[in-house]
Amino acid sequence: MNAAGFPLLSLITWLPLVGGLVILAVRGDEETVAANARWTALWTSLIVFVLSVLLWVRFDPAEPGFQFVESVAWLPQWGITYRMGVDGISVLFVLLSTLLTPICILASWEAVKVRVREYMLAFLILETMMVGMFSAMDFVVFYMFFEGVLIPMYLIIGIWGGPRRVYAAIKFFLYTLAGSVLMLLALLAMWYQAGTTDIPTLLHTSFPAGMQTWLFLAFLASFAVKVPMWPVHTWLPDAHVEAPTAGSVILAGVLLKMGGYGFLRFSLPMLPVASAQLAPLMYALSVIAVIYTSLVALAQTDMKKLIAYSSVAHMGVVTIGIFTVNMQGISGAMFQMLSHGIVSAALFLCVGVVYDRIHTREIARYGGLADRMPAYAFVFMVFTMASIGLPGTSGFVGEFLVLVGALQVQFWLALLGSLGMILGAAYALWLYRRIIFGRITRDDLRAILDLSPREIAVFAPLVVLTLWMGVYPSSFSSFWDATVGAMVAQHQAALHLPAVLAAATR
Amino acid sequence: MLYAVAIFAPLFGSAVAGLFGKAIGDRAAQAVTITCMVLASICGVSAFIQLVYQGAPTGVLPIATWVQAGPFHATWALRYDALSAVMVAMVTTVATLIHIYSIGYMAHDENHTIWRFFSYLSLFSFAMLMLVSADNLLQLFFGWEGVGLASYLLIGYWYYRPSAGAAAMKAFIVNRIGDLGFALGIALVFLQFGSIEFGTVFGAVQAHMDATYHVLGHTWRAYEVIGILLFIGAMGKSAQIGLHVWLPDAMEGPTPVSALIHAATMVTAGVFLMARFSPVLDYAPGALGFVTFIGATTALFAATVGCAQNDIKRVIAYSTCSQLGYMFVAAGVGAYQASIFHLLTHAFFKALLFLTAGSVIHAMSDEQDMRRMGGLWRMIPFTYAMMWVGNLALGGVFPFAGYFSKDAILEAAWAAHTAIGQYGFWCTLVAAFLTAFYSWRLLIMTFHGAPRADRQVMAHVHESPKVMLGPLLLLAIGATFAGMVFRNQLIGADWQAFWGNSIRIAADNHVLRDMESLPLWVSLSPSVFGLLGIGTAYLFYMVSPGIPGRLAAMFPAAYRFLLNKWYFDELYDLAVVRPYRALARLLWQVGDVTLIDGVPNGLAALTEEGAAGAVRLQTGSIAVYAFAMLIGLVLLVSIFLLFLR
Repeated sequence: MNAAGFPLLSLITWLPLVGGLVILAVRGDEETVAANARWTALWTSLIVFVLSVLLWVRFDPAEPGFQFVESVAWLPQWGITYRMGVDGISVLFVLLSTLLTPICILASWEAVKVRVREYMLAFLILETMMVGMFSAMDFVVFYMFFEGVLIPMYLIIGIWGGPRRVYAAIKFFLYTLAGSVLMLLALLAMWYQAGTTDIPTLLHTSFPAGMQTWLFLAFLASFAVKVPMWPVHTWLPDAHVEAPTAGSVILAGVLLKMGGYGFLRFSLPMLPVASAQLAPLMYALSVIAVIYTSLVALAQTDMKKLIAYSSVAHMGVVTIGIFTVNMQGISGAMFQMLSHGIVSAALFLCVGVVYDRIHTREIARYGGLADRMPAYAFVFMVFTMASIGLPGTSGFVGEFLVLVGALQVQFWLALLGSLGMILGAAYALWLYRRIIFGRITRDDLRAILDLSPREIAVFAPLVVLTLWMGVYPSSFSSFWDATVGAMVAQHQAALHLPAVLAAATR
Repeated sequence: MLYAVAIFAPLFGSAVAGLFGKAIGDRAAQAVTITCMVLASICGVSAFIQLVYQGAPTGVLPIATWVQAGPFHATWALRYDALSAVMVAMVTTVATLIHIYSIGYMAHDENHTIWRFFSYLSLFSFAMLMLVSADNLLQLFFGWEGVGLASYLLIGYWYYRPSAGAAAMKAFIVNRIGDLGFALGIALVFLQFGSIEFGTVFGAVQAHMDATYHVLGHTWRAYEVIGILLFIGAMGKSAQIGLHVWLPDAMEGPTPVSALIHAATMVTAGVFLMARFSPVLDYAPGALGFVTFIGATTALFAATVGCAQNDIKRVIAYSTCSQLGYMFVAAGVGAYQASIFHLLTHAFFKALLFLTAGSVIHAMSDEQDMRRMGGLWRMIPFTYAMMWVGNLALGGVFPFAGYFSKDAILEAAWAAHTAIGQYGFWCTLVAAFLTAFYSWRLLIMTFHGAPRADRQVMAHVHESPKVMLGPLLLLAIGATFAGMVFRNQLIGADWQAFWGNSIRIAADNHVLRDMESLPLWVSLSPSVFGLLGIGTAYLFYMVSPGIPGRLAAMFPAAYRFLLNKWYFDELYDLAVVRPYRALARLLWQVGDVTLIDGVPNGLAALTEEGAAGAVRLQTGSIAVYAFAMLIGLVLLVSIFLLFLR
């Protein structure tokens, strides 16, 4: 049946939902329910993570196509099948989702006090949706999971968020929905054209050039919002600022990757001609994102907003890399997405640590924390450096590979796209300096406590991963080398095909 | 194997001290890091001796794959050739001495996290060793940024001082500007050669000789573009004019840091890069001309500024900047051997100078302003003697180390027989005069004349402990003899016996040979100018101390210009930092909040207003509804009659 011998992907996808049902079934007073919900959610997500490690172990990196494939007829008369499978591009995103979920649950252990049961339920549903989305092999199934992610996230921001949570939640919802509607239209058009929604078939269908442009723009509307690309990025800072810490972690860690994943799964391989034609547009938007949002990040006074803007800049590097369509660029984009998934998630957790203690995200309220919180200062430094892209941390590998990929396209693309190296250092170090350096002047900061054992447990795996990815990145990039290689080769063949045909008919 | 131990022992020390320092305490952290450093230096020096004097084969010690994406491939590997080995030996030796010195210097640190200091210091040593032993450009870049990180952490060691935080940040960001150029250069090397491995790249130099690269609306030879990009990286790290502004501020760090990082090792990484890449650079005459131009200008510029500073560490910092300029002049005219020779001697005497300055500061209860020193020479005679040795070496007085290496650079500049070489020669010659002048100005202001410190400070003045003086003595031995011992091996006619294949020059590069047959006055002039400088300083500050004040009063504009370091900081603040911040605010408030967010918020408001309007239609009055129906009916009927008949 597949490499695992049993429907592993479906198990990983739906098990969190089962855990959610268990949580719902618990009865008793509020204390009991909350405690039960926490432990059930933690154990469920940990089991799911352990299961997903099987993917890591059993995945065959030499195989460019889909693995662990499982298939159940669903709507055969429409050509729609429930098909799950992962290839080199998606497998690590599944792992990223299953890794970050228990971390989020652990990070919310004490921070969330009201409606704990519903909160944990939302996170488990979210996990189902995320994993399902990354392992769907049918466009309709993908679309359902893709949209399904919206609902729990909307609730997490809207219910457990900060003071302006309703505005932020609705903005988040409407932005993403508006894009998704256009993707639905594209889905229908492709289905009419190809007669199936099976992704591997679509990957080898060549769509007419004129149609490709429209399809590409429709996908762009959806994925650009998710990434987010400039100028549809403004929902992100609002959503981050209002979301609870764990919400921000998932939002930055996984949800933003849905856009980049979409580009890699659909736009680039299915629409090669349009991708090549519209690449300059993508470059321009990405370069603006890198420079513009790095600048805006510098001016922020709210820690979370600053990190949110830095996310936009980092994802700009991703979109540059994807549309260079060479091994280095795409590999770099993949690496940057994974690295950002770890590092920005960790940075939001860092904000959460001090927010839980002082209850403000105002940068100016802090200063001199190195004195009282040396362990925190160390952890924060590691992730700041990873965010800046210091060699030896995960952030460097992706950024540098994208630079190499971009230079093969154009010098200016490489130069401007890499300005984040300088601008990123400016805002990140400025943030670090204002929070960690200096002397403590406020009384409440004098009594602040360093990381608790629970917090250390949250950060330790992320620190290890950040360094591991930085020092020995090939243990990750080997997963997608074959897939990306095949993709690049197919892209070039598809671009040459019209030229070959034209030459043959002449 | 010895070689690998030399490089990884500091990492081990750093990790132990950093992760467990709080638990095991300062003494244990010091013991671990210093044991590791001593071990590293024994291994490093042995590896050097084995390679150069006992004929051990050069080689590459592979460790693991690093970054891999399609044909792009970078490994972790240790390169073992003369250039790497000599650097490893130097770095481990100097770093060990400075570790030991720091025991004494940091003993009274009010921060009580001495383990952290030693961990950073060892981390720095590791990164620097990775840099010099890299076998590909990317690992070199790893070390390059790694030393940048260590430098950032150590400048900001006293994190509670606002000035330290600012200086640390400035150092990192200014370096990043150069690093962007470096990173682009690495990518371009990959584009041209299909590899960034030194062996592959250097082996293919002839094959890509005529490759071109189109940028800035012009087609250049690819080697020239690569050379310029790599040199931009070197400019940042080695504090060349324009990107030098971080170095003087970096003096906010503890003095041992200034000695190790901002004098002896890290800042010379740019020079090392030029020598390492000599097989390619030697075929990029345009880029090399630029290197000479920047180097010579920096040598002169920094020396002029050094003459007007009053902070003892800043004078030495500008002196470092200036000496780095010398090294780039040598690299730029194709005398890479001479640049590394000066790098080595400079490491000894500049570390010595910084550490003696540290000893003075230690004695003066952390006073750094030379205007509040004076009259110390009888009270701390050992430090005073060490300062003399350092000054003699820096000033280029025979037979101290600097005499040989600095002379070689001036001779090489002359022997290049090019216009830019001439520019290099004259700039460095004038700088030689200024170097001697500011060195003895520093010496005299610090140690001679009447004491200008208050009585309490003077009562406290004491010679530093032996743990600080020991390293000084060893460095002084290096500063005295390194030039004599190494001159003929490093830049003599038989330089290839020493360097092997690690430095390769073009067939038409005869600089080293031509240096042997120069007019006598060219060889003598640096010494003459140096002695003149000493004499002038003696006259100005010993014989009639009124002269500098009168000069400053006579040319107030020139004095202010020098005192304010050519106004570079002010210029950058005005031209870069402020506009940058203003733009950031503008893009945020106007770009994001008003314009981009205006669309969805406006749409939302529009929807709301529209809905409110629609609500008003629902009045509930039957008469209004009936009237509306009537109008509708009339409209429909008339449309039907007019158009559809």
